[in-house]
Amino acid sequence: MRTNKEYIADFHNPDMPDIPYSTLNLGPTHPATHGIFQNVLKMDGERIVDAEQTVGYIHRAFEKIAERRPLYQITPLTDRLNYCSAPINNTGWHLAVEKLLGIQVPKRVDYMRVMIMELARISDHLICNSILGVDTGALTGFTYVYQYREKIYEIYEEICGARLTTNMGRIGGFERDFSPKVFELTKKFLVEFPKIWREFESLLSRNRIFMDRTIDTGPISVERALNYGFTGPNLRATGIDYDIRTADPYCSYEEFKFDIPVGTTGDTYDRFVVRNEEIWQSLSLVEQAIRKIEACEPGIYHADEDHYYLPPKKEVYRNMEALIYHFKIIMGEIEVPAGEVYRAVEGANGELGFYLVSDGGRSPYRLHFRRPCFIYYQAFPEMIRGQLLSDAIVVMSSLNVIAGELDA
Amino acid sequence: MSAVMIKLIFIVVVFGVSLFVAMYSTYAERKIAAFLQDRLGPNRAGPFGILQPFADGIKLFFKEEFIPLKADRWLFLMGPGFFMITALMTSAVIPFGADFIHDGKTIALQATDINVGLLYIFGVVSLGVYGILIGGWASNNKFSLLGAIRAASQNISYELAMGMSIVALVMMTSTLSLREIVDQQAGWHWNVFYQPLGFLIFIICAFAETNRAPFDLPECETELVGGYHTEFSSMKLGFYLFAEYINMFISSAVLATLFFGGYQFPWVSSMDPGLTKTILSVVVMFGKIFFFIFLFMWVRWTLPRFRYDQLMNLGWKILIPLAVVNIVLTGAVILYKMM
Repeated sequence: MRTNKEYIADFHNPDMPDIPYSTLNLGPTHPATHGIFQNVLKMDGERIVDAEQTVGYIHRAFEKIAERRPLYQITPLTDRLNYCSAPINNTGWHLAVEKLLGIQVPKRVDYMRVMIMELARISDHLICNSILGVDTGALTGFTYVYQYREKIYEIYEEICGARLTTNMGRIGGFERDFSPKVFELTKKFLVEFPKIWREFESLLSRNRIFMDRTIDTGPISVERALNYGFTGPNLRATGIDYDIRTADPYCSYEEFKFDIPVGTTGDTYDRFVVRNEEIWQSLSLVEQAIRKIEACEPGIYHADEDHYYLPPKKEVYRNMEALIYHFKIIMGEIEVPAGEVYRAVEGANGELGFYLVSDGGRSPYRLHFRRPCFIYYQAFPEMIRGQLLSDAIVVMSSLNVIAGELDA
Repeated sequence: MSAVMIKLIFIVVVFGVSLFVAMYSTYAERKIAAFLQDRLGPNRAGPFGILQPFADGIKLFFKEEFIPLKADRWLFLMGPGFFMITALMTSAVIPFGADFIHDGKTIALQATDINVGLLYIFGVVSLGVYGILIGGWASNNKFSLLGAIRAASQNISYELAMGMSIVALVMMTSTLSLREIVDQQAGWHWNVFYQPLGFLIFIICAFAETNRAPFDLPECETELVGGYHTEFSSMKLGFYLFAEYINMFISSAVLATLFFGGYQFPWVSSMDPGLTKTILSVVVMFGKIFFFIFLFMWVRWTLPRFRYDQLMNLGWKILIPLAVVNIVLTGAVILYKMM
């Protein structure tokens, strides 16, 4: 069988006779796309000659909607970007707003945020890697670890009452303190999950068939990845240790000890391994965060900012100032200072940035989400060109393209 | 009762048993998958969900019969039927138990003992791919067509290796009759001990022939939606799914017959002929069949699936040379023994 390189060379060779290719619509409703996006593949039998991707099937104009909303009401919009790790999006948005408003949050809030963000990262990577297993044909690993995402959701539920679209936290902190149950559940998770995850890893990461399927599948070179603007695990798989948690620390990440795993070739297997290792790092980060939270003075869970943080109900009923703030915040009548900020967080998928321009009104003048999935998806045709149909599925699932984040 | 009547009754029984086993294989598959995945599995229809296959069957019968507008109507209808018929035909030559001798009459627990039984099985099994090919082509869907093409190429490639692994076995047994092959394996003389390599090749090919994971490329749902049966609905889809389980049952029976002594078991085969022996031998046979069915399911829920080119590599570059080596080895051993 000819190699992919030979195949691509033939394709670009003008002397080659014209072969009638067939067109295959992979999506918008296809079981492997995990969301709604279309790939029009030009096929020569099983071989992908060329591909073209279509985006926008679930475009909901979040950036435009955000221009009419007060800042705190934009948080639920961010839930729906990468819905596999909503707390990271929420926190990223809050960090952007805090940067604009110049709010200093207490250390304890930072640690609490780190805790939920790392839990969200675990749940995101867990889904991505186990779905990669499903797409190569091994369903068992997925159903086996899936219940541990459920455990993470139970923690979310205990923190904010929601599970998937969490709307967690407020500008300047959290809406309420973490209950003791949260720490109890998290500690239980930290004990139980590693055992299960080790089992999952041993099922796939040295499995001959899985390795054959993923090694050298959909590789991308460092240069191409950087040119496209890859970030996150997909960039780290090519060998660059770019991670916003260390490159531009937020939420006191500089106080934490963790490693940044990198790959070498940027193929599907590397992405899988990098994500696996990041789960282990996140577990250690959650553990460190809990220890740091416990060392802090209890009861502090938000910054002392009357303008942006809802006063306690008791105050609202007894204190006129509090009533006014309550009213103004709820009605979204708080004026925001004019300015322009960009704040990125290390989302589970890569650099999730919020570019916020304010002209001093109640809502942003312009808000742009830098969505890593949108960028990865641009590189998708290049990565699968010359490969087989099965590879396209595996590559897409290892890039972890989430439709909600892709289309915003 | 005339011999013909007995044969006819037996054929109906075998037919019913194959269908019943296939039906409950679907249930077993779901229960085993659930067990491996730490879930409960079907548990609503009847106690422990044992009525689930009936519920599924009724559901499939009541589903809307959908034929795509541009599909080739006749072939579209023919595909599933053809697949089902070929799947059911193979059980004709499999001996399910020791002879039952009653009033001086011998009743063989085998529909027919033709002297080319092994060839017959291969012939019928390779016809089965036409059902897939016809159905996949007639649906006028690219995913179906890809699935059908994959099925055809996969079956051709793996039948070669399978046939060659059998050649070595036949060199040893010097017969193609399944009954005689089973009789030769009385006691512990199971062929698997004499032909371990042949067995390995055969079982891998059996997985490929039945389109089971890790060789379930023709219908892999993550790539080809449903493969060759993407466009099929109601009982036509049921036929495809069902025939796959019948194939699995037959493959398990063939595996047991060829390599694991069929209905022979050391302690059972030395018994006097009679009702007890017959019943025990049938139990032994089905025990072996169920073991292999379980193995099929266990593998399916553990391993990822091959890619198309890897599948071809394994078939042509590894299994066929291995099968040739096996033939040469067997020949050398036979020659050595003769000298």
